[in-house]
Amino acid sequence: MRKHLELTQVGIEFPTPKGPFVALQDVNLTIGKGEFISLIGHSGCGKSTVLNIVAGLYQATTGGAILEGKEVNEPGPERAVVFQNHSLLPWLTAYQNVELAVKQTCKHMDKAQKHEWILHNLELVHMTHAKDKLPGEISGGMKQRVGIARALSMEPQVLLMDEPFGALDALTRAHLQDSLMEIHAELGNTVIMITHDVDEAVLLSDRIVMMTNGPEATIGEILDISLERPRNRIELADDKQYNHYRHEVLSFLYEKQRKVEPVAVKKSQQQAAAKPDAA
Amino acid sequence: MNRTAALQKVTFLKLPAPLANSAWLAALRSAMLPLIGLTLFLVFWNIAAKNIDTSLGQFPGPVQVYQQSVNLWQEHQAEQQKAEAFYERQEERNARRVAADPDYQPKIRPYTGAPTFFEQIWTSLYTVSVGFFIASLVAVPVGILCGLSKSAYAAINPLIQLFKPVSPLAWLPLVTMVVSAVYVSDDPLFSKSFLTSAFTVALCCLWPTLINTAVGVSGIPGDLVNVSKVLRLNALSHVVKIVLPASIPMIFTGLRLSLGIGWMVLIAAEMLAQNPGLGKFVWDEFQNGSSDSLARIMVAVLVIGAIGFFLDRLMLMLQRKVSWDKSINLR
Repeated sequence: MRKHLELTQVGIEFPTPKGPFVALQDVNLTIGKGEFISLIGHSGCGKSTVLNIVAGLYQATTGGAILEGKEVNEPGPERAVVFQNHSLLPWLTAYQNVELAVKQTCKHMDKAQKHEWILHNLELVHMTHAKDKLPGEISGGMKQRVGIARALSMEPQVLLMDEPFGALDALTRAHLQDSLMEIHAELGNTVIMITHDVDEAVLLSDRIVMMTNGPEATIGEILDISLERPRNRIELADDKQYNHYRHEVLSFLYEKQRKVEPVAVKKSQQQAAAKPDAA
Repeated sequence: MNRTAALQKVTFLKLPAPLANSAWLAALRSAMLPLIGLTLFLVFWNIAAKNIDTSLGQFPGPVQVYQQSVNLWQEHQAEQQKAEAFYERQEERNARRVAADPDYQPKIRPYTGAPTFFEQIWTSLYTVSVGFFIASLVAVPVGILCGLSKSAYAAINPLIQLFKPVSPLAWLPLVTMVVSAVYVSDDPLFSKSFLTSAFTVALCCLWPTLINTAVGVSGIPGDLVNVSKVLRLNALSHVVKIVLPASIPMIFTGLRLSLGIGWMVLIAAEMLAQNPGLGKFVWDEFQNGSSDSLARIMVAVLVIGAIGFFLDRLMLMLQRKVSWDKSINLR
């Protein structure tokens, strides 16, 4: 595998009044070109922090990220981000939102080429029909589509997605996942996606990176998903291999990295703790 | 056991359906309460006025004020006729002189009659616009700077807090002296009283715009700022494409407050600076002390209020027009 993006000994500390808080430690990951990577883990385990370091929005305290032999130390369009809550500019139409990115990143194109390119990217996410609508006038799923079109229009080397479908209902999410698989098959972008959704991770990824709980979070396990592409969610629902992968991720999240004690256990512990006082 | 008491629906007056649903009736209904409020106020004012005797006679009630407003309008028209007649006479005279002597260069002298009430309204509107414009020109950029940079905010905030509560009357003597000292010209484009009033207005209506702009800019969602960073927008594009549009609603809230304050300040400033606007009108009538003076001042008070209201509506309309967020409640 050719090294495309490499994270080496990445760690980050945030200053707090009580002294530095170590959020991440010893994150090592090598990603090949065109790979689809999911980051999964419990809330607050530092998944977003990893993504933000790759995006250049945060600076790692130790270690760093290298993309195509160049160290990442500031944000840039070659590492486009799809934000969780779409973050389209609410005063611009879908077309204009993509246009802003295209104008900034595709300076070599002339006006007509830019126009073509904007329409092409909106077409990729099936949003051409609503190109002149403001974000306030379209649904959450549609906004996220435009957000993806904007990111794709920057022709990024790596596409970073921070829980892109987290705020959507299950049906819309499935629809967008299919779109994303289509786009990934067509363009072959490298993608790093944060998710909470085990099915989403298994369905979309080449590898799932599972993170331990913070503080001092790091990579717990990496699971290779060697399912044939294109993948079909209905066929896979009964697939033995698919369900095995699901089981692996679930067991990591809920057995090895259990965050919340089951209610029954908690109660019996409390009772055990309360008894000596009562006696 | 549950018991429900069914209350009889109370209807005062049942109208036939087409009439009850008609648009004019709905309009009447919505106008009803304001009209009742206004009527009650007029009645109360009338009674109170009859019981207040001042050294300038009885306090004017609604009727006297109405009469004086008619008077002021007639005086305005009379003055306009005089001015027209004055210019006509001049033209006739010039024509005659040119006929007698073809080399004569005709001169037109401006009419120098006292400004009427309505001309004074225009002077006030013009003065407040200039003051407000100067203030906005300073406040919006400084507000954006304060919103973008915490250091700039920390440096400027004490000054804002210090000068914000200062009364226009305290600024006025200083502004007057500075204008007199700095604005020296043989052929002045503006009168000093105008500049003094405008600058005093500007000094006082700077703050709401500045503060609201700063709050608006600093409250831009972090994700939008991140979009700008990922796109590597330069500082100017960042301000023009992200910061300004995002904070337009807050900037306009500030501008509206500023214009309101500016209009209030203007009247006081004109009184002292003797700028020939509404403030000077009130002051002159007070000094004049005729039996009609109080009624004429009351006309001015109502006009000042109405114009203030009108200016606010104007800003609201502008805000609605430029604001992208149509869902926020604008009132």
